Amino acid sequence: MTGTICVLAEQWNGQISEVTYEALALGREVAGQLGVPLTAILTGSHSRELAAALGAADAVVYVDHPLLAEVIPQTCADALVQVLTGSRPRALLVPLTNISLGIGTLIGSRMGVPVVNFCTDIKVVDGKLAARCVLYGGKIEAMADAEAVPGLEPAVFGIWPGARPSDRGRIARPVPVTDAAVVLEGTRAIRLSKYIQPEAGDVDLTRQEVLVAVGRGIQDRANLEMAEELAKSLGGAVCGSRPVIDQGWLPLSRQVGKSGLTVKPKLYIALGISGAPEHVEGMKDSKLIIAVNSDPRAPIFNVAHYGILGDVLETLPALTAAVEARKTIAHHA
Amino acid sequence: MHVLVLLKMVPDVVEDLEIASDRRALDLDSLRMILSEPDDHALEQALLLKERLGAVVTVLALDAPEVDDALFTAAAKGADRVIKIVGMDAGATTRQAARCFSQVIADDTGIVPVDLILTGVQAIDDLDGLVAPLVADALHMPFLGIITGITLDASGTTAHVIKEFPGGVRGEFEIQLPAVLGIQAAERPPRYVPVAKVRAAMKSVAIECAQVPALADGGWPAVNVVEMKHNEPPAHAKMLDGTPDQVSDRVCGILAERAIF
Amino acid sequence: MSTCPVTLEMLPQHPDGREILTCLQCGVCAGTCPYGDVMEYPPRRMIAMMRAGMLEKVFTSDSLLACVACYACMAKCPRGIRLTEILLPLMKEQALTHLPELPRELQRALQNTLRYGNPMGEPSRKRAAWVKTAGVPIRILSEDRKPADTLWFVECYTSYYPRGQDNSRATARIFHRLGIDFAILGNEEKCAGECGRLTWEPGLFETLMDYNMAVFQKYQFNRVVTSCPHAHNAFKNRYPALGFNWGLEHVTPFLARHLDRLEPLLTKKLPYSVTYHDSCCLGRQNEFYEAPRQLLRAIPGMKLVEMVHNRVNAICCGGGGGGMWLDTYFKAKGYERLSERRVKEAAATGADVLAVSCPYEVSRFEDALKVLGLDKRMMVRDVTELLAEAMEE
Repeated sequence: MTGTICVLAEQWNGQISEVTYEALALGREVAGQLGVPLTAILTGSHSRELAAALGAADAVVYVDHPLLAEVIPQTCADALVQVLTGSRPRALLVPLTNISLGIGTLIGSRMGVPVVNFCTDIKVVDGKLAARCVLYGGKIEAMADAEAVPGLEPAVFGIWPGARPSDRGRIARPVPVTDAAVVLEGTRAIRLSKYIQPEAGDVDLTRQEVLVAVGRGIQDRANLEMAEELAKSLGGAVCGSRPVIDQGWLPLSRQVGKSGLTVKPKLYIALGISGAPEHVEGMKDSKLIIAVNSDPRAPIFNVAHYGILGDVLETLPALTAAVEARKTIAHHA
Repeated sequence: MHVLVLLKMVPDVVEDLEIASDRRALDLDSLRMILSEPDDHALEQALLLKERLGAVVTVLALDAPEVDDALFTAAAKGADRVIKIVGMDAGATTRQAARCFSQVIADDTGIVPVDLILTGVQAIDDLDGLVAPLVADALHMPFLGIITGITLDASGTTAHVIKEFPGGVRGEFEIQLPAVLGIQAAERPPRYVPVAKVRAAMKSVAIECAQVPALADGGWPAVNVVEMKHNEPPAHAKMLDGTPDQVSDRVCGILAERAIF
Repeated sequence: MSTCPVTLEMLPQHPDGREILTCLQCGVCAGTCPYGDVMEYPPRRMIAMMRAGMLEKVFTSDSLLACVACYACMAKCPRGIRLTEILLPLMKEQALTHLPELPRELQRALQNTLRYGNPMGEPSRKRAAWVKTAGVPIRILSEDRKPADTLWFVECYTSYYPRGQDNSRATARIFHRLGIDFAILGNEEKCAGECGRLTWEPGLFETLMDYNMAVFQKYQFNRVVTSCPHAHNAFKNRYPALGFNWGLEHVTPFLARHLDRLEPLLTKKLPYSVTYHDSCCLGRQNEFYEAPRQLLRAIPGMKLVEMVHNRVNAICCGGGGGGMWLDTYFKAKGYERLSERRVKEAAATGADVLAVSCPYEVSRFEDALKVLGLDKRMMVRDVTELLAEAMEE
């Protein structure tokens, strides 16, 4: 793996995660520009078959160990440092998700190498790697030089979800897989007791074609009814961003975003949602996004296809009325 | 039981952020600083442990504008001791901050022993790393992040914690103390403390000062910010203008075109 | 009116507090309270609990959350006990520390007011952004320190909220046409804090009072005119303790005082029937009942009709005492929103326009009209908006 661009692959629920594919897509581009191979590292226990999904890479290193069955950041970092020390890639792309958060930091500190977080892009500038990072809740963009001090490899890039379309990293192609052995202490300092599934909702958001999403701008639990009406008119379901779930206005099963579900419906109507990265992550691949917000600078307008600058509580009933009117016309036509 | 909370101040993004003239950092003079929200949750979680188990809560923060407010507020909420680390350069990176915390904790005989160290899972300015795993490694403690619940077992030597995973799934883990946890959210939203209590704390509570340690150049390679600017993302929604009724009509037209009806 | 703060301990010793001991337990307060039917401890019971030495129970119940500081009880009390002014704020202060959890929206409003000088959490640096859209020149004292005759204290909703800005623009236009020598504080202005005082948070109020007095003392002016009746109350009742000694008026009585010069400017006919809602602070608290009505009658074409409950009997919009940020909480408990109750009464008059003179009321009543489906039949306008509309360019 020496000198390669390397992507840390994540698995969740028996599958390679979406953000891994996004990181692979980005990694492919960078590797191509540098003329070096793209490699991937996958850790786990008895999950070697998942390596076959990493066809975007030129080679995969699979690390198997019972203690890698769950992702415990320090244990994972332990294993990865052993693998990487032997043959250091030039760069390591680590997804910044609930699964892998912390691993990049630990590798950086244990190997004495640079770490750059919140990356949405990596550029090659004068033959060196620079990252485009989005900081301060998405308000500021920084270009960071990750290879300021020569000889410190790999440079670790924490890849923010949405850096590239995941499809570009999903390539069906046979890829050679080698196994790397690691020695991990049987320390029982951290142990998974169990997973707790969210309450089964009446609705599986990931299967809905239309989602009407509400954020803080809905202002009041009482206004949810209006959103339900619109959803019903369009044959879809209501979901929400984290603040709405935190308030208890919608159950956890209706949360879209970082700690909730990722959805890709045909239509996503975002009502009073500012568009914080944690939410956008969960819906950015929706086919058609229409956003209503009273703040012209709400980041949601950078993700939406169509935007309505206005009061959610005025626009929402008007939308429902217009949809119902169209349906009536269509019905009578 | 002794719980230590690590707090960091970050730029308050409610006000516009201005870029410094060298275009490589924020203009610090124009900023207001606010307690990093996940750190506020970490403090709340510590106070809940104090209420439930009688834990003693110490708060340790890096000096920054408006940090005194945050520390007096923490004291008014119930923190037993509030300590500020002074002498740090403005604009310290996260890795420097973590280094600083770790060394002060290790050196200060008044702080250790500690059973649990809580801090926010991530801050909006954590460009070069995260505080929780770095402090854990430096102090040879186990670490878990994205935590939303903590209970102690009967012996008080093991914590049962809830960690968030994608899709609304949660994982329950056992972790041996002492340990470091990166808090995503406290079990309750951070409590309100009346301003009168904070003002009273300002008169009655002393913020202790710890000098920033001489940090051995343990080589954390700096991440050089070459340029900083306001984020102008490439795409922007096509804006639909008009009254709610007019706009709704246009939306219906778009939906019909896309055969969503 | 007492200007020094009374505490629960010293209540019986203080002249204003001693009155509480004369309560007859007649229950008129509970009967007149708009939420009297849902409050576990209306003033009568509070006083009874105080006498029984059982105030703890009052503090740990959430009864006090339902008090919207509307002054109805105080206005009707046959003993003239200063309920809304003295007893209720003290009770609320205690409840704040005893309640297991403060409703989130209210908490956020209080925290925002402390940090950003407004309950909405809007940036303090944007408070005067609306000035650019006013269409008439508006002087900001920090930029131009010449003395002004009138300091116009704009307040929060009228600075940040679009409908509040409509009011501010109207006010600025009228001041300009009348040739008033006025200026504003701009971004230096922070909430006067009245809602902090009546809403559980005397510490917040003191912090804002200290700040605002320091800002006032930087400049020279003869009087303060404010668009917000709550600010008016704070300046009138509490700020004098810190040295506030300028003339003070709310915009409505101020304009009524200038009616002889204003009336000839009202040339456009507004053929509406209008019913006027007496705001609690302007009305019951200060008895400014006729000034707004005089102004409305001066508008050509306008026909004034009264609601069943008017003047001293008016029903609160529900925004005071923290109610502005407790709608979700009330709804969850099944209470009827006071703004909805009032709006039904307004609609029953058949009027086209519901006229108000407090910035809270515009958003509350417009919301209520929408929720009740009455928004096509009736619109809400501040008195200053109507006056500006009647002033042709």
